[in-house]
Amino acid sequence: MTEQLPIIIILGPLLGATLAAFAAWFRPRLSQPLVVLGLVISSAAALKLVFIVADAGAQKYWLGGWGPKQGHGVVGIQITVDYLNTLLLAAVSGIALLTSVYTRRLVDTELAGRQRYFYALFSLLVTGLLGITITGDIFNLYVFMEIAALSSYALIAYGRGRAYMAAFNYLIMGTMGACLYLLGVGFIFAKSGTLNIDDVSAIIPELGQSKALFVGFVLILLGAWAKMAFFPFHGWLPNAYAHAPTASAAILAPLATKVAIYAMLRVMVTVYSIDYIIHSPGIQSLALYLSSLAIVIASFFSLTQTNLKKLASYFVLSEIGYMVGGAWLANKPGLTGAMVHVVADAAMTSALFMAIGCIVYRLGQAQLDDLKGVFFKMPVTMAAFVVTMAALIGVPPTCGFFSKWYLIQGAAQAGVWHFVAALLLSSLVKAIILFRIIEIGYNRVPHPAIEGNPAIPRNEAPLSMLIPTAAMALGLIALGLGTSTLVNTIIAKALPAALAP
Amino acid sequence: MENLIANFNFVIVVILMMIGLWSMLAQKNLIKKCIGMAIFQTGIILFFISIGAKDNALIPILTEAANHTYPDPVVAKVGNPLTQILMLTAIVVGVATLGVGLALAQKIYQQHSSFDEDEILENERK
Repeated sequence: MTEQLPIIIILGPLLGATLAAFAAWFRPRLSQPLVVLGLVISSAAALKLVFIVADAGAQKYWLGGWGPKQGHGVVGIQITVDYLNTLLLAAVSGIALLTSVYTRRLVDTELAGRQRYFYALFSLLVTGLLGITITGDIFNLYVFMEIAALSSYALIAYGRGRAYMAAFNYLIMGTMGACLYLLGVGFIFAKSGTLNIDDVSAIIPELGQSKALFVGFVLILLGAWAKMAFFPFHGWLPNAYAHAPTASAAILAPLATKVAIYAMLRVMVTVYSIDYIIHSPGIQSLALYLSSLAIVIASFFSLTQTNLKKLASYFVLSEIGYMVGGAWLANKPGLTGAMVHVVADAAMTSALFMAIGCIVYRLGQAQLDDLKGVFFKMPVTMAAFVVTMAALIGVPPTCGFFSKWYLIQGAAQAGVWHFVAALLLSSLVKAIILFRIIEIGYNRVPHPAIEGNPAIPRNEAPLSMLIPTAAMALGLIALGLGTSTLVNTIIAKALPAALAP
Repeated sequence: MENLIANFNFVIVVILMMIGLWSMLAQKNLIKKCIGMAIFQTGIILFFISIGAKDNALIPILTEAANHTYPDPVVAKVGNPLTQILMLTAIVVGVATLGVGLALAQKIYQQHSSFDEDEILENERK
């Protein structure tokens, strides 16, 4: 049974999506429970695999039993769960599960009357994201990337109005990224003759210095950067997430960009090797400068925002800079920081968008000025919000502190001081924004929408939304306290052995 | 120059991809962007097919598979079938993406009665 666990992770949401789409025809209310069921199966399998991988190392699974035959090379598609992706698989499926429970009431109010296919698309998106994370085949990764991308275009376009244009821009940028990635895969395939990640990584060092491989690497990198909204390609993201329905943003913002960053890490660490990165210093310093720029520019833009959702989108952009920069430091603390931060940031962004969703559910919108009195009326939501912001700033017991600590350590070791400065600046800006929100939120005159019945002092979001939000916020602290265990048992082993300490 | 003529299919691939990329990024008309996307994808498909193609290639069906050893002199003459299979998948993905793109363009047109990006952005700012 346990050897089938890797495929069960993808099959759960895939079956959920299919059944939800059928159920949408005759019993739409049934869609969401079916998706939740699929995600429960998937996240249970992912959680079990974390323990198996921590004990026994990488688990490999050949689809359809088409394993490598003696002397014939690889025929089938491999899926792998190893030290690099097991935590992200658990995080993606777990966050998707909580979000699928959380979004039900939000979808009912926000998308009233047209929520029919929402959960089928939701589950398909999660299938794509889990597929990108788990696959051991570079072409298969492209296919899953497009599955995730196509469902996310539809999820964003659910927002109507300006969301159509935002989704269209995302579609153009996303397709360009996917095409560049595919072109890079073509170069690797032409040189190495295989698509299997393990095989490619074994063949690339034998081929030595090759221009075609280098071009392939650059193309894949550009493709991944366009997909993750890294600095020069970031234009589509704030509009897409701000105009998407809050329910769509709650699943897209935490997971979609993080998984693209994982794809980049996989290509950097496994497909090519870290030696390759170190020996191409031109791209390394370029990537580091771009990361710092991404952080600084996103931080400045976040200061000028008046809409909470757009503000959160700019936070997502600056966090992308953290992870890309950490990965390109290409030393031990930097890569550790990037790998921890992929998981931590998925959790932080999820908690942030959940808290914003609760506020939007009560207020109907998310302008900063409308937050007057929100701390008195929605204390639990706002407590979760403050914890999340503390994690984003990097306050010690939360997970944001530890990943940022690794990143700063890595940058100091590599002597990349502009990255250290950018990280600190970003924390400072987030602290300023948190205090601004606290200042508005403690205003004694509450917004009419959250005033509610004056006899009832509180007006929280419904429990089905509040519990996942609070759980996610507590999870940030738990993840922070568990960081050293995770790093020692799993992430340290994901780092390439050739890396200087 | 001889190199270019020998690899003229790759030259065409590059030209197609440049046309596609330029049209995706620089054109203001949403439908032209969609067309550019399709051209870009066609370029990539041709690129993959060119990688797998060979002069006078044999069909990749081995009659007595059990007797073949690896590396095999017959296998070396066979055209690589994998690239074509990969591109079947890529064509499906491309068609789906184009469909979603055109559907979105249609919705935008219903709203703004225009395909021009500048006009749409102007309308949205109001």
